[in-house]
Amino acid sequence: MIGKIVNFIGDSKNAGKLKKIGYVALVVTFISDFFVHREHAIYIWDKIPGWGAFYGFISCVLIIIISKFIGHQGGIMKKEDYYD
Amino acid sequence: MIDWVHPSILFILGACVIPFLRGKLQQIWLLTIPVLAVLSVYSMTQGSFWGVNFLDNQLLFGKVDKLSTVFAWVFSIMSCIGMVYALHVKDSGQHVSAYLYIAGSLGVTFAGDFFSLFIFWELMAFASAYLIFAKREKAATEAGYRYILVHIFGGVCLLGGIIIHSIQTQSIAVGPLPQDGSFAFYLILVGVILNAAVPPLHAWLTDAYPEGTVTGSVFMSAFTTKTAVYVLVRVFPGTELLVYMGTIMALYGVVYAVLENDCRRLLAYHIISQVGYMVAGVGIGTDMSLNGSVSHAFAHILYKGLLFMGAGSVIYMTGKRKLTELGGLYKTMPITLTLYMIGGFAISAFPLFSGFVTKSMVVSGAAHDHRPAVALLLTLASAGTFLHTGLKLPYYMFFGKDSGIRTKEPPLNMLIAMGMAAFLCIGIGVLPGPLYHLLPFPVHFEPYTGDHVTSALGILLFTGLGFFMLLKKLDPEPTISADTDWFYRKGSRVFMWFANKPLTIYENYLTNIYNTWFSRGVIKSSDYLGFVFDSKFIDGIVNGFARFFVGLSSELRRAHNGLIRGYAYCMLSATVVIIGYYLFKHVM
Repeated sequence: MIGKIVNFIGDSKNAGKLKKIGYVALVVTFISDFFVHREHAIYIWDKIPGWGAFYGFISCVLIIIISKFIGHQGGIMKKEDYYD
Repeated sequence: MIDWVHPSILFILGACVIPFLRGKLQQIWLLTIPVLAVLSVYSMTQGSFWGVNFLDNQLLFGKVDKLSTVFAWVFSIMSCIGMVYALHVKDSGQHVSAYLYIAGSLGVTFAGDFFSLFIFWELMAFASAYLIFAKREKAATEAGYRYILVHIFGGVCLLGGIIIHSIQTQSIAVGPLPQDGSFAFYLILVGVILNAAVPPLHAWLTDAYPEGTVTGSVFMSAFTTKTAVYVLVRVFPGTELLVYMGTIMALYGVVYAVLENDCRRLLAYHIISQVGYMVAGVGIGTDMSLNGSVSHAFAHILYKGLLFMGAGSVIYMTGKRKLTELGGLYKTMPITLTLYMIGGFAISAFPLFSGFVTKSMVVSGAAHDHRPAVALLLTLASAGTFLHTGLKLPYYMFFGKDSGIRTKEPPLNMLIAMGMAAFLCIGIGVLPGPLYHLLPFPVHFEPYTGDHVTSALGILLFTGLGFFMLLKKLDPEPTISADTDWFYRKGSRVFMWFANKPLTIYENYLTNIYNTWFSRGVIKSSDYLGFVFDSKFIDGIVNGFARFFVGLSSELRRAHNGLIRGYAYCMLSATVVIIGYYLFKHVM
């Protein structure tokens, strides 16, 4: 069973189907955030529906771009034999 | 009757027996002790046990309260899982060191005084170092030496702080230190946060953990940093500095994980990131955030163990550890992939997985303590966690470009161990009640509220969207990342160059001056003095004697000239003297 699911996900023929499932999941998550009760909200952004989705996406993009910038421009990334 | 059994004693005695056992018998023994340890934790009652008077100090080996018990639970459970994972290993030395390592961490957990805490602390450092050396490769040996040197430095700071503290306060009891900013306070803090891998004292972790043996790194990922978190919760609750350090840690690990190509080093950077949450929680210091730190440490040990076991399985089966060399393993290792992903979901705090019910407590603790920036940055770091351990690593390891490697699932014991950890990751996530019940403070936190679930899912799924949109940017590169270990790796070379070049030249120059002016002068003057003494004094005496006897003997020789007349004079004069003496004595 596990093998079948994993093979389905890994097979490049199913990429289109997986993409569709992914988009549906994103839309469902985004929309469901509008319908939940927000009694635990402390800060202003906790009250904005869809904030999590927005913040998650922005975080991801920022982390990738800033890290790669630091890595390449900041001299953090070195050749593998750097310490040899 | 034995009222309390120290689980460390079980492991220490158990370790003594391991070298004498072989094969199945050894395997049974390896599993028996961890199970006994779990039972001893299960049967524990709170209180103080095993107090010993030593040099006017009260050593207390068994201080049992809720905080020590919850850590003892997870350490003993993880020792079971880790031992199942390492069951196929034939190297007794590794098993012994793993046992001593676990004994050290449990000893720290129950230590009621700073001195016994320190002893177990050092036991951990030295026992764990062997798990790196045991790989028996040049890189591992070098990393092992660096590891042990850094930990000796930390241990010295800790001991120094403990001694100053005990002199100042006349107390060695483990408890919250007064936040007076004293030298002892900061020395102990440095010693502890070094083990918690707080930047810039963290590089030993990412340097050593990827170099350890496949099974050894699983133990290492579980014990050292979490024992340090325990001590932080015990000794430094509410230390403001830790809030900032923890938040920086959480982000630091995430940034480096983007750049990392070695799979276990990537996971090691995420240990730093996750321990950042715990450190920040300790710094915030409210009941909720401390509960969050403790529960997150509990969950972290299990899911990080699972992730290290997953990555270790791939290394064990393929012999490769770089993401650039791996890919397409899903076809032959689907079970490993699935179990790894459970760990990945748990660390990323997906609903129904353990991270969701623990990490969110720290973030909520920050939010309730009016620290919006900390809460936002920690949330950002959790997006990064999913990005790396949940997406990047499994994508490039199991999917992505097919590396052509075809292998099998790892041995059954490894899969069972991963299954045990995965079961607990889901179990805690679905039913957080039992874990919450173990926590040191009463829990007033409900993880499964509608807005919490949807916002968490929103963060994670849209992180996934970002990942696939920027996939090309994330392709692993065959590089290594310079970190603060640069200072002692390159720094030692600078030191050696300094010692070999300028210092040697300077030293030679000084030696020359010494030889030319000082030594030569001393030798000459002592030669002269020796000559004078010899000829005038010693020779004077010796020659004087000689001359006297030579003179005397030549005079005597002159008397023996062989003339009868001479002898007759002698005899006559002697007769005159004898008669004269006689007359003088008796007649006069």
